[in-house]
Amino acid sequence: MTMIKETYPVKAGDMTAAGDVSARIKRQMKQLGIPASVVRRVSVGTYEAEINLVIHSEGGRIDFSISPEKITIRVVDQGPGIPDLKKAMTEGWSTATNEVRNMGFGAGMGLPNMKRNADEFTIESTVGVGTDITMSFNI
Amino acid sequence: MRQPVRYFHSVRLEEEKCKGCTSCLKRCPTEAIRIRNNRATIIRESCIDCGECIRVCPHHAKVAVTDPLSVINSFEYKIALPAPALYVQFPQVHHADKIIAALYKLGFDEVFEVARAAEVISYAISRTLINEDRPRPVISSACPAVVRLIQQKYPSLLDNVIDIVSPMEAAARIAKEEFSKKHGVALDKIGAFFISPCAAKLSDVRQPIGIEKSSVDGVIAIKDVFTQLQAHVKGPFTPLEIDRASTVGVRWALPSGEAEAVGMRHTLCVDGIDNVKHALEQIENNRFDRLDYVELLACANGCLGGPLTVENGYVAKSRMNAILRHTPDRMIQKTEIFDNAHEKFRMTEELEPNNAQQLTGTMLERLVKAARIEEIEAGMPGLDCGSCGSPTCRALAMDIVNGHASEMNCIFKLNERISTLAGEMVSLGASTRFSVGGNRDDMSGAEKQADEKE
Repeated sequence: MTMIKETYPVKAGDMTAAGDVSARIKRQMKQLGIPASVVRRVSVGTYEAEINLVIHSEGGRIDFSISPEKITIRVVDQGPGIPDLKKAMTEGWSTATNEVRNMGFGAGMGLPNMKRNADEFTIESTVGVGTDITMSFNI
Repeated sequence: MRQPVRYFHSVRLEEEKCKGCTSCLKRCPTEAIRIRNNRATIIRESCIDCGECIRVCPHHAKVAVTDPLSVINSFEYKIALPAPALYVQFPQVHHADKIIAALYKLGFDEVFEVARAAEVISYAISRTLINEDRPRPVISSACPAVVRLIQQKYPSLLDNVIDIVSPMEAAARIAKEEFSKKHGVALDKIGAFFISPCAAKLSDVRQPIGIEKSSVDGVIAIKDVFTQLQAHVKGPFTPLEIDRASTVGVRWALPSGEAEAVGMRHTLCVDGIDNVKHALEQIENNRFDRLDYVELLACANGCLGGPLTVENGYVAKSRMNAILRHTPDRMIQKTEIFDNAHEKFRMTEELEPNNAQQLTGTMLERLVKAARIEEIEAGMPGLDCGSCGSPTCRALAMDIVNGHASEMNCIFKLNERISTLAGEMVSLGASTRFSVGGNRDDMSGAEKQADEKE
Protein backbone atom coordinates (compact mmCIF):
# COMPACT_ATOMS: atom_id res chain seq x y z
CA MET A 1 0.00 0.00 0.00
CA THR A 2 1.61 3.24 -1.12
CA MET A 3 0.69 6.18 1.06
CA ILE A 4 2.64 9.04 -0.38
CA LYS A 5 3.62 9.48 -3.98
CA GLU A 6 5.19 12.63 -5.26
CA THR A 7 6.73 13.67 -8.53
CA TYR A 8 9.40 16.30 -8.85
CA PRO A 9 10.69 17.58 -12.19
CA VAL A 10 14.45 18.07 -12.58
CA LYS A 11 15.82 20.49 -15.18
CA ALA A 12 18.89 19.68 -17.24
CA GLY A 13 21.94 21.86 -16.68
CA ASP A 14 20.56 23.85 -13.75
CA MET A 15 23.36 23.46 -11.21
CA THR A 16 21.92 26.08 -8.84
CA ALA A 17 18.84 23.97 -8.21
CA ALA A 18 20.74 20.65 -8.13
CA GLY A 19 20.05 19.02 -4.79
CA ASP A 20 16.69 20.70 -4.12
CA VAL A 21 14.64 17.58 -4.83
CA SER A 22 16.81 15.26 -2.74
CA ALA A 23 16.75 17.83 0.09
CA ARG A 24 12.96 17.89 -0.03
CA ILE A 25 12.70 14.12 0.00
CA LYS A 26 15.18 13.98 2.86
CA ARG A 27 13.14 16.46 4.91
CA GLN A 28 10.01 14.45 4.29
CA MET A 29 11.70 11.24 5.48
CA LYS A 30 13.07 12.91 8.63
CA GLN A 31 9.66 14.29 9.53
CA LEU A 32 8.25 10.78 9.14
CA GLY A 33 10.83 9.42 11.56
CA ILE A 34 12.40 7.00 9.05
CA PRO A 35 15.48 5.42 10.70
CA ALA A 36 18.59 7.60 10.26
CA SER A 37 20.55 4.89 8.44
CA VAL A 38 17.79 4.50 5.83
CA VAL A 39 17.48 8.29 5.42
CA ARG A 40 21.20 8.41 4.78
CA ARG A 41 21.14 5.73 2.07
CA VAL A 42 18.10 7.19 0.31
CA SER A 43 19.67 10.67 0.49
CA VAL A 44 22.92 9.56 -1.10
CA GLY A 45 21.12 7.59 -3.82
CA THR A 46 18.64 10.35 -4.61
CA TYR A 47 21.28 13.07 -4.59
CA GLU A 48 23.46 11.11 -7.04
CA ALA A 49 20.45 10.53 -9.28
CA GLU A 50 19.47 14.19 -9.19
CA ILE A 51 23.01 15.32 -10.05
CA ASN A 52 23.04 12.80 -12.92
CA LEU A 53 19.80 14.23 -14.28
CA VAL A 54 21.22 17.76 -14.14
CA ILE A 55 24.62 16.89 -15.63
CA HIS A 56 23.93 14.11 -18.14
CA SER A 57 20.25 14.08 -19.07
CA GLU A 58 18.02 16.24 -21.17
CA GLY A 59 15.75 16.70 -18.16
CA GLY A 60 13.56 14.31 -16.26
CA ARG A 61 11.76 13.63 -13.04
CA ILE A 62 12.14 11.91 -9.69
CA ASP A 63 9.22 9.99 -8.21
CA PHE A 64 9.24 9.44 -4.49
CA SER A 65 6.85 6.94 -2.98
CA ILE A 66 6.64 5.46 0.41
CA SER A 67 4.68 2.69 2.09
CA PRO A 68 5.02 1.43 5.68
CA GLU A 69 7.56 -1.15 4.44
CA LYS A 70 9.64 0.58 1.82
CA ILE A 71 10.73 3.69 0.03
CA THR A 72 10.92 3.72 -3.74
CA ILE A 73 12.75 6.29 -5.85
CA ARG A 74 12.18 6.20 -9.58
CA VAL A 75 14.29 8.38 -11.83
CA VAL A 76 13.14 8.83 -15.40
CA ASP A 77 14.74 11.06 -18.01
CA GLN A 78 14.00 12.03 -21.60
CA GLY A 79 17.38 11.05 -22.98
CA PRO A 80 19.97 10.78 -24.31
CA GLY A 81 20.23 7.22 -22.94
CA ILE A 82 23.37 5.32 -21.98
CA PRO A 83 25.06 3.42 -24.87
CA ASP A 84 27.07 1.01 -22.70
CA LEU A 85 25.36 0.27 -19.41
CA LYS A 86 28.05 -2.12 -18.23
CA LYS A 87 30.73 0.54 -18.57
CA ALA A 88 28.51 3.16 -16.92
CA MET A 89 28.07 0.89 -13.91
CA THR A 90 31.87 0.63 -13.47
CA GLU A 91 33.34 2.68 -10.64
CA GLY A 92 35.38 5.62 -11.92
CA TRP A 93 33.99 5.53 -15.46
CA SER A 94 32.51 8.91 -16.40
CA THR A 95 31.63 10.98 -19.43
CA ALA A 96 31.40 14.22 -17.44
CA THR A 97 33.03 17.32 -18.91
CA ASN A 98 36.02 19.02 -17.31
CA GLU A 99 33.77 21.89 -16.28
CA VAL A 100 31.58 19.53 -14.28
CA ARG A 101 34.60 17.74 -12.82
CA ASN A 102 35.99 21.07 -11.67
CA MET A 103 32.86 21.47 -9.58
CA GLY A 104 33.69 18.24 -7.81
CA PHE A 105 31.24 16.05 -9.68
CA GLY A 106 31.67 13.46 -12.40
CA ALA A 107 33.95 11.10 -10.47
CA GLY A 108 32.23 8.13 -12.06
CA MET A 109 30.71 7.01 -8.80
CA GLY A 110 27.11 8.06 -9.44
CA LEU A 111 25.49 4.85 -10.66
CA PRO A 112 27.68 2.50 -8.59
CA ASN A 113 26.86 4.60 -5.51
CA MET A 114 23.12 4.36 -6.22
CA LYS A 115 23.37 0.61 -6.61
CA ARG A 116 25.43 0.21 -3.46
CA ASN A 117 23.05 2.25 -1.30
CA ALA A 118 19.77 0.76 -2.54
CA ASP A 119 18.34 -2.58 -1.42
CA GLU A 120 17.04 -3.14 -4.94
CA PHE A 121 18.31 -1.40 -8.03
CA THR A 122 17.15 -1.68 -11.63
CA ILE A 123 18.24 0.34 -14.63
CA GLU A 124 17.01 0.37 -18.19
CA SER A 125 18.34 2.63 -20.86
CA THR A 126 17.69 3.09 -24.55
CA VAL A 127 19.77 5.49 -26.63
CA GLY A 128 17.54 8.18 -28.08
CA VAL A 129 14.76 7.42 -25.60
CA GLY A 130 16.08 7.75 -22.07
CA THR A 131 17.02 6.07 -18.84
CA ASP A 132 14.71 4.65 -16.20
CA ILE A 133 16.13 3.79 -12.78
CA THR A 134 14.30 2.36 -9.80
CA MET A 135 15.85 2.19 -6.36
CA SER A 136 14.04 0.72 -3.41
CA PHE A 137 14.97 0.80 0.25
CA ASN A 138 13.50 -1.36 3.01
CA ILE A 139 12.43 0.56 6.08
CA MET B 1 20.65 8.24 38.80
CA ARG B 2 20.53 11.99 38.56
CA GLN B 3 17.52 13.12 36.57
CA PRO B 4 18.57 15.82 34.14
CA VAL B 5 16.29 18.85 33.90
CA ARG B 6 14.58 18.28 30.57
CA TYR B 7 15.22 21.02 28.08
CA PHE B 8 16.88 23.67 30.18
CA HIS B 9 17.35 26.72 27.96
CA SER B 10 19.46 29.80 28.41
CA VAL B 11 17.66 31.52 25.54
CA ARG B 12 14.42 33.03 26.87
CA LEU B 13 11.71 35.47 25.92
CA GLU B 14 10.96 38.61 27.90
CA GLU B 15 7.26 38.65 27.13
CA GLU B 16 6.49 42.26 27.88
CA LYS B 17 9.05 43.40 25.29
CA CYS B 18 7.77 41.10 22.52
CA LYS B 19 5.62 42.78 19.87
CA GLY B 20 4.77 39.55 18.09
CA CYS B 21 6.65 40.52 14.91
CA THR B 22 8.08 37.76 12.74
CA SER B 23 11.80 38.61 12.94
CA CYS B 24 12.80 35.70 15.15
CA LEU B 25 10.19 33.37 13.66
CA LYS B 26 11.78 33.63 10.25
CA ARG B 27 15.40 33.30 11.42
CA CYS B 28 15.18 30.33 13.79
CA PRO B 29 17.23 27.52 12.21
CA THR B 30 15.16 24.73 13.79
CA GLU B 31 11.75 26.40 13.37
CA ALA B 32 11.40 26.39 17.15
CA ILE B 33 9.41 29.63 17.41
CA ARG B 34 5.70 30.29 16.93
CA ILE B 35 3.80 33.53 17.34
CA ARG B 36 0.64 32.84 19.31
CA ASN B 37 -1.63 35.50 20.83
CA ASN B 38 0.68 38.25 19.52
CA ARG B 39 3.70 36.90 21.42
CA ALA B 40 6.56 34.67 20.43
CA THR B 41 6.79 31.32 22.13
CA ILE B 42 9.82 29.05 22.04
CA ILE B 43 9.20 25.33 21.55
CA ARG B 44 11.49 24.03 24.26
CA GLU B 45 12.05 20.63 22.69
CA SER B 46 13.35 22.16 19.45
CA CYS B 47 15.41 25.15 20.64
CA ILE B 48 19.18 24.61 20.31
CA ASP B 49 20.18 27.84 22.11
CA CYS B 50 22.08 29.14 19.08
CA GLY B 51 21.11 32.72 19.90
CA GLU B 52 20.05 33.72 16.37
CA CYS B 53 16.80 35.16 17.76
CA ILE B 54 18.74 37.26 20.27
CA ARG B 55 20.70 38.78 17.41
CA VAL B 56 17.70 39.59 15.22
CA CYS B 57 15.06 40.73 17.72
CA PRO B 58 14.57 44.48 17.14
CA HIS B 59 12.92 44.84 20.56
CA HIS B 60 15.56 42.93 22.52
CA ALA B 61 12.86 40.61 23.82
CA LYS B 62 15.06 37.55 23.35
CA VAL B 63 17.72 37.20 25.99
CA ALA B 64 20.26 34.65 27.16
CA VAL B 65 20.11 33.84 30.83
CA THR B 66 23.56 33.44 32.38
CA ASP B 67 24.85 33.54 35.93
CA PRO B 68 25.62 36.88 37.61
CA LEU B 69 29.21 37.46 38.79
CA SER B 70 27.99 36.98 42.37
CA VAL B 71 27.56 33.26 41.64
CA ILE B 72 31.26 32.84 42.41
CA ASN B 73 30.62 33.57 46.07
CA SER B 74 28.95 30.23 46.58
CA PHE B 75 32.42 28.63 46.54
CA GLU B 76 35.34 29.13 48.89
CA TYR B 77 37.87 29.08 46.03
CA LYS B 78 37.00 30.61 42.68
CA ILE B 79 38.62 29.92 39.33
CA ALA B 80 37.89 31.97 36.19
CA LEU B 81 37.92 30.11 32.87
CA PRO B 82 38.11 32.87 30.24
CA ALA B 83 37.24 31.92 26.67
CA PRO B 84 39.92 33.26 24.33
CA ALA B 85 37.20 35.42 22.77
CA LEU B 86 37.43 37.61 25.89
CA TYR B 87 40.91 38.77 24.87
CA VAL B 88 39.71 40.72 21.85
CA GLN B 89 36.87 42.67 23.47
CA PHE B 90 38.92 45.67 24.63
CA PRO B 91 40.04 48.40 22.20
CA GLN B 92 43.78 49.06 22.31
CA VAL B 93 44.50 46.14 24.60
CA HIS B 94 46.92 43.81 22.83
CA HIS B 95 48.18 41.72 25.73
CA ALA B 96 45.91 38.97 26.99
CA ASP B 97 47.98 39.07 30.21
CA LYS B 98 46.37 42.39 31.12
CA ILE B 99 42.90 40.88 30.83
CA ILE B 100 43.89 37.81 32.81
CA ALA B 101 45.34 40.08 35.53
CA ALA B 102 42.09 42.04 35.59
CA LEU B 103 40.12 38.84 36.22
CA TYR B 104 42.05 38.31 39.47
CA LYS B 105 40.89 41.77 40.54
CA LEU B 106 37.25 40.74 40.09
CA GLY B 107 37.68 38.30 42.97
CA PHE B 108 38.97 35.13 41.36
CA ASP B 109 41.72 33.19 43.15
CA GLU B 110 42.97 31.64 39.96
CA VAL B 111 42.59 32.10 36.22
CA PHE B 112 42.89 29.11 33.91
CA GLU B 113 42.72 29.92 30.21
CA VAL B 114 40.27 27.77 28.29
CA ALA B 115 42.80 28.12 25.47
CA ARG B 116 45.19 25.94 27.50
CA ALA B 117 42.59 23.20 27.62
CA ALA B 118 41.99 23.73 23.90
CA GLU B 119 45.59 22.62 23.33
CA VAL B 120 44.97 19.46 25.29
CA ILE B 121 41.71 18.79 23.44
CA SER B 122 43.38 19.40 20.06
CA TYR B 123 45.89 16.72 20.98
CA ALA B 124 43.16 14.33 22.17
CA ILE B 125 41.20 14.75 18.93
CA SER B 126 44.26 14.36 16.80
CA ARG B 127 45.27 11.13 18.61
CA THR B 128 41.76 9.74 18.16
CA LEU B 129 41.69 10.58 14.46
CA ILE B 130 45.06 8.97 13.83
CA ASN B 131 44.50 5.83 15.90
CA GLU B 132 40.85 5.05 15.32
CA ASP B 133 38.82 4.41 12.22
CA ARG B 134 35.96 6.90 12.36
CA PRO B 135 33.38 7.73 9.68
CA ARG B 136 34.71 10.69 7.68
CA PRO B 137 34.52 13.56 7.98
CA VAL B 138 34.82 13.66 11.74
CA ILE B 139 32.79 16.61 13.03
CA SER B 140 33.89 18.86 15.90
CA SER B 141 31.83 18.72 19.09
CA ALA B 142 33.03 22.07 20.44
CA CYS B 143 30.01 24.18 19.41
CA PRO B 144 27.07 23.01 21.56
CA ALA B 145 24.46 24.59 19.26
CA VAL B 146 25.84 22.61 16.33
CA VAL B 147 25.79 19.33 18.27
CA ARG B 148 22.15 19.97 19.24
CA LEU B 149 21.35 20.84 15.63
CA ILE B 150 22.82 17.51 14.51
CA GLN B 151 20.85 15.62 17.20
CA GLN B 152 17.66 17.09 15.85
CA LYS B 153 18.08 17.56 12.11
CA TYR B 154 20.98 15.31 11.08
CA PRO B 155 20.87 12.29 13.43
CA SER B 156 22.54 10.06 10.83
CA LEU B 157 25.70 12.13 11.41
CA LEU B 158 25.88 11.61 15.19
CA ASP B 159 28.52 8.89 14.66
CA ASN B 160 30.70 11.46 12.90
CA VAL B 161 30.74 13.80 15.91
CA ILE B 162 34.01 13.48 17.86
CA ASP B 163 33.35 12.04 21.32
CA ILE B 164 35.80 14.29 23.13
CA VAL B 165 34.56 16.94 25.61
CA SER B 166 34.81 20.67 24.88
CA PRO B 167 37.81 22.79 25.93
CA MET B 168 35.53 24.52 28.49
CA GLU B 169 34.78 21.21 30.21
CA ALA B 170 38.40 20.07 30.09
CA ALA B 171 39.52 23.46 31.47
CA ALA B 172 37.25 23.12 34.50
CA ARG B 173 38.58 19.64 35.28
CA ILE B 174 42.28 20.46 34.81
CA ALA B 175 42.01 23.79 36.65
CA LYS B 176 40.29 22.29 39.69
CA GLU B 177 42.78 19.43 39.88
CA GLU B 178 45.78 21.77 39.59
CA PHE B 179 44.38 24.13 42.21
CA SER B 180 43.51 21.34 44.58
CA LYS B 181 47.02 19.89 44.36
CA LYS B 182 48.80 23.22 44.59
CA HIS B 183 46.88 24.50 47.61
CA GLY B 184 45.88 21.23 49.23
CA VAL B 185 42.16 22.00 49.28
CA ALA B 186 39.22 19.67 48.60
CA LEU B 187 37.83 19.68 45.04
CA ASP B 188 34.29 20.43 46.21
CA LYS B 189 35.40 23.72 47.73
CA ILE B 190 36.59 24.95 44.32
CA GLY B 191 34.22 26.56 41.82
CA ALA B 192 35.12 26.98 38.13
CA PHE B 193 33.34 29.69 36.13
CA PHE B 194 33.34 30.04 32.36
CA ILE B 195 33.56 33.62 31.02
CA SER B 196 31.42 33.08 27.95
CA PRO B 197 30.79 34.63 24.53
CA CYS B 198 28.17 31.95 23.93
CA ALA B 199 24.47 31.64 24.76
CA ALA B 200 24.45 27.86 24.42
CA LYS B 201 27.13 27.21 27.02
CA LEU B 202 24.89 27.63 30.07
CA SER B 203 22.51 25.02 28.69
CA ASP B 204 25.55 22.91 27.92
CA VAL B 205 26.57 23.11 31.59
CA ARG B 206 23.12 22.60 33.11
CA GLN B 207 22.08 19.90 30.70
CA PRO B 208 25.29 18.50 29.25
CA ILE B 209 25.50 16.27 26.20
CA GLY B 210 27.97 13.39 26.13
CA ILE B 211 28.75 13.56 29.84
CA GLU B 212 26.64 13.01 32.93
CA LYS B 213 27.59 16.11 34.87
CA SER B 214 29.61 19.19 33.96
CA SER B 215 32.55 20.31 36.13
CA VAL B 216 31.76 23.93 35.31
CA ASP B 217 29.93 25.61 38.21
CA GLY B 218 28.70 28.73 36.50
CA VAL B 219 28.63 30.59 33.18
CA ILE B 220 29.15 34.35 33.22
CA ALA B 221 28.51 36.42 30.08
CA ILE B 222 31.43 38.43 28.72
CA LYS B 223 29.10 41.42 28.39
CA ASP B 224 28.23 41.25 32.09
CA VAL B 225 31.84 41.61 33.26
CA PHE B 226 33.08 43.83 30.43
CA THR B 227 32.67 47.17 32.21
CA GLN B 228 34.31 46.00 35.42
CA LEU B 229 37.19 44.44 33.52
CA GLN B 230 37.68 47.53 31.40
CA ALA B 231 38.39 49.56 34.52
CA HIS B 232 41.33 47.24 35.28
CA VAL B 233 42.87 46.59 31.86
CA LYS B 234 44.17 50.12 31.29
CA GLY B 235 47.23 49.87 33.53
CA PRO B 236 50.82 49.07 32.52
CA PHE B 237 51.69 45.57 31.38
CA THR B 238 53.48 43.22 33.74
CA PRO B 239 53.98 39.61 32.60
CA LEU B 240 52.07 37.08 34.70
CA GLU B 241 53.71 34.23 36.49
CA ILE B 242 51.24 31.60 35.40
CA ASP B 243 51.32 29.02 32.62
CA ARG B 244 50.00 30.77 29.55
CA ALA B 245 48.27 29.27 26.55
CA SER B 246 50.11 29.44 23.23
CA THR B 247 48.78 30.67 19.91
CA VAL B 248 47.66 27.08 19.19
CA GLY B 249 45.01 27.31 21.92
CA VAL B 250 44.14 30.99 21.60
CA ARG B 251 43.49 30.59 17.88
CA TRP B 252 40.55 28.31 18.73
CA ALA B 253 38.54 31.53 19.11
CA LEU B 254 38.99 32.15 15.38
CA PRO B 255 37.18 30.18 12.68
CA SER B 256 39.56 27.42 11.46
CA GLY B 257 41.66 27.71 14.63
CA GLU B 258 40.44 24.37 15.90
CA ALA B 259 40.88 22.61 12.54
CA GLU B 260 44.44 23.94 12.33
CA ALA B 261 45.24 22.89 15.89
CA VAL B 262 43.96 19.36 15.26
CA GLY B 263 46.45 19.27 12.42
CA MET B 264 44.78 16.91 9.95
CA ARG B 265 45.50 17.25 6.29
CA HIS B 266 42.03 17.74 4.84
CA THR B 267 39.96 20.05 7.00
CA LEU B 268 37.15 22.52 6.53
CA CYS B 269 35.68 25.23 8.72
CA VAL B 270 32.16 26.58 8.23
CA ASP B 271 30.71 29.42 10.32
CA GLY B 272 27.19 30.87 10.51
CA ILE B 273 24.20 28.64 11.23
CA ASP B 274 22.73 28.66 7.69
CA ASN B 275 26.10 27.76 6.19
CA VAL B 276 26.46 25.03 8.80
CA LYS B 277 23.08 23.55 7.83
CA HIS B 278 24.10 23.57 4.21
CA ALA B 279 27.37 21.83 5.03
CA LEU B 280 25.57 19.18 7.09
CA GLU B 281 23.21 18.50 4.16
CA GLN B 282 26.25 18.00 1.96
CA ILE B 283 27.94 15.70 4.47
CA GLU B 284 24.73 13.63 4.56
CA ASN B 285 24.90 13.35 0.78
CA ASN B 286 28.48 12.02 1.07
CA ARG B 287 29.81 15.09 -0.70
CA PHE B 288 32.49 15.79 1.93
CA ASP B 289 33.68 12.24 2.49
CA ARG B 290 37.25 13.04 1.48
CA LEU B 291 37.62 15.47 4.38
CA ASP B 292 39.16 14.33 7.67
CA TYR B 293 37.86 16.95 10.04
CA VAL B 294 35.11 19.54 9.86
CA GLU B 295 34.81 22.44 12.27
CA LEU B 296 31.26 23.81 12.34
CA LEU B 297 30.45 27.01 14.20
CA ALA B 298 26.90 28.27 14.72
CA CYS B 299 27.92 31.93 14.88
CA ALA B 300 29.36 33.93 11.98
CA ASN B 301 33.01 34.57 12.96
CA GLY B 302 32.80 31.63 15.34
CA CYS B 303 33.02 32.31 19.06
CA LEU B 304 34.13 35.88 18.32
CA GLY B 305 30.64 36.46 16.93
CA GLY B 306 28.91 34.99 19.99
CA PRO B 307 25.76 36.81 21.17
CA LEU B 308 27.25 37.53 24.62
CA THR B 309 30.28 39.40 23.29
CA VAL B 310 30.62 43.18 23.27
CA GLU B 311 32.87 43.85 20.29
CA ASN B 312 31.77 43.49 16.68
CA GLY B 313 32.83 40.03 15.46
CA TYR B 314 34.79 41.35 12.47
CA VAL B 315 36.66 43.92 14.54
CA ALA B 316 37.38 41.22 17.11
CA LYS B 317 38.77 38.98 14.38
CA SER B 318 41.22 41.58 13.20
CA ARG B 319 42.23 42.49 16.76
CA MET B 320 43.07 38.84 17.33
CA ASN B 321 46.17 39.29 15.14
CA ALA B 322 47.60 41.77 17.63
CA ILE B 323 46.78 39.50 20.58
CA LEU B 324 48.43 36.55 18.83
CA ARG B 325 51.63 38.57 18.26
CA HIS B 326 51.92 38.87 22.04
CA THR B 327 51.13 35.23 22.76
CA PRO B 328 53.78 32.50 23.07
CA ASP B 329 53.89 30.62 19.77
CA ARG B 330 55.01 27.36 21.35
CA MET B 331 53.11 25.29 23.85
CA ILE B 332 54.66 25.79 27.25
CA GLN B 333 52.36 23.62 29.35
CA LYS B 334 53.63 20.71 31.41
CA THR B 335 53.58 17.53 29.38
CA GLU B 336 51.70 15.52 32.02
CA ILE B 337 48.55 17.50 31.20
CA PHE B 338 48.59 15.78 27.82
CA ASP B 339 49.07 12.28 29.21
CA ASN B 340 46.29 10.02 28.11
CA ALA B 341 44.14 13.04 27.18
CA HIS B 342 42.30 11.10 24.47
CA GLU B 343 41.01 8.70 27.14
CA LYS B 344 40.63 11.15 30.01
CA PHE B 345 38.52 13.61 28.06
CA ARG B 346 36.39 11.12 26.17
CA MET B 347 32.62 11.53 26.41
CA THR B 348 30.92 8.93 28.57
CA GLU B 349 27.35 9.14 27.29
CA GLU B 350 26.01 8.37 23.85
CA LEU B 351 24.79 11.30 21.72
CA GLU B 352 21.08 10.60 21.29
CA PRO B 353 18.89 11.82 18.42
CA ASN B 354 16.24 14.40 19.31
CA ASN B 355 12.93 13.44 17.72
CA ALA B 356 11.07 16.62 18.71
CA GLN B 357 10.05 17.51 15.17
CA GLN B 358 9.03 14.09 13.98
CA LEU B 359 5.46 12.99 13.50
CA THR B 360 4.20 10.59 16.14
CA GLY B 361 2.19 7.37 16.04
CA THR B 362 2.66 4.11 14.16
CA MET B 363 4.32 4.19 10.75
CA LEU B 364 0.88 4.04 9.15
CA GLU B 365 -0.45 6.91 11.25
CA ARG B 366 2.63 8.97 10.48
CA LEU B 367 2.18 8.35 6.76
CA VAL B 368 -1.45 9.44 6.96
CA LYS B 369 -0.38 12.62 8.76
CA ALA B 370 2.40 13.26 6.23
CA ALA B 371 -0.03 12.85 3.35
CA ARG B 372 -2.39 15.31 5.04
CA ILE B 373 0.48 17.80 5.52
CA GLU B 374 1.29 17.60 1.80
CA GLU B 375 -2.35 18.14 0.95
CA ILE B 376 -2.74 21.17 3.24
CA GLU B 377 0.55 22.67 2.09
CA ALA B 378 -0.50 22.34 -1.55
CA GLY B 379 -3.53 24.53 -0.77
CA MET B 380 -1.45 27.24 0.91
CA PRO B 381 -0.22 30.37 -0.89
CA GLY B 382 3.41 29.27 -0.45
CA LEU B 383 4.65 32.72 0.51
CA ASP B 384 6.10 31.60 3.85
CA CYS B 385 5.13 35.05 5.16
CA GLY B 386 4.85 34.03 8.80
CA SER B 387 1.64 36.03 9.38
CA CYS B 388 -0.08 32.89 10.65
CA GLY B 389 2.50 32.60 13.41
CA SER B 390 4.26 29.57 11.95
CA PRO B 391 7.54 30.12 10.08
CA THR B 392 6.53 28.53 6.76
CA CYS B 393 3.40 27.25 5.04
CA ARG B 394 4.71 23.74 5.56
CA ALA B 395 5.25 24.36 9.26
CA LEU B 396 1.67 25.64 9.53
CA ALA B 397 0.45 22.50 7.75
CA MET B 398 2.33 20.42 10.31
CA ASP B 399 0.94 22.51 13.18
CA ILE B 400 -2.58 21.98 11.85
CA VAL B 401 -2.09 18.21 11.59
CA ASN B 402 -0.65 18.14 15.10
CA GLY B 403 -3.70 20.07 16.34
CA HIS B 404 -1.85 23.27 17.28
CA ALA B 405 -3.31 25.59 14.63
CA SER B 406 -6.14 25.85 12.15
CA GLU B 407 -6.22 26.65 8.46
CA MET B 408 -7.86 29.99 9.33
CA ASN B 409 -4.56 31.10 10.91
CA CYS B 410 -3.47 31.73 7.31
CA ILE B 411 -4.59 35.26 6.45
CA PHE B 412 -4.95 34.36 2.78
CA LYS B 413 -7.13 31.38 3.60
CA LEU B 414 -9.12 33.58 5.98
CA ASN B 415 -9.51 36.21 3.28
CA GLU B 416 -10.73 33.58 0.83
CA ARG B 417 -13.23 32.34 3.38
CA ILE B 418 -14.47 35.86 4.13
CA SER B 419 -14.98 36.57 0.42
CA THR B 420 -16.87 33.31 0.03
CA LEU B 421 -19.02 34.09 3.05
CA ALA B 422 -19.61 37.67 1.84
CA GLY B 423 -20.63 36.30 -1.55
CA GLU B 424 -23.01 33.90 0.12
CA MET B 425 -24.47 36.75 2.21
CA VAL B 426 -25.07 38.84 -0.90
CA SER B 427 -26.81 36.01 -2.72
CA LEU B 428 -28.72 35.16 0.44
CA GLY B 429 -29.81 38.83 0.70
CA ALA B 430 -30.80 38.84 -2.94
CA SER B 431 -32.81 35.65 -2.61
CA THR B 432 -34.66 36.82 0.52
CA ARG B 433 -35.59 40.12 -1.19
CA PHE B 434 -37.57 38.38 -3.83
CA SER B 435 -38.95 35.73 -1.57
CA VAL B 436 -42.52 35.91 -0.36
CA GLY B 437 -43.01 37.88 2.85
CA GLY B 438 -39.43 39.22 3.00
CA ASN B 439 -39.02 41.15 6.23
CA ARG B 440 -37.76 44.69 5.56
CA ASP B 441 -36.25 44.92 9.07
CA ASP B 442 -33.79 42.19 8.19
CA MET B 443 -32.23 44.26 5.41
CA SER B 444 -29.02 46.14 5.90
CA GLY B 445 -29.08 49.93 5.95
CA ALA B 446 -27.62 50.16 2.47
CA GLU B 447 -30.18 47.85 1.03
CA LYS B 448 -32.99 49.75 2.74
CA GLN B 449 -31.75 53.01 1.20
CA ALA B 450 -31.50 51.41 -2.22
CA ASP B 451 -34.99 50.04 -1.74
CA GLU B 452 -36.40 53.37 -0.69
CA LYS B 453 -34.94 55.13 -3.75
CA GLU B 454 -36.76 52.67 -5.95
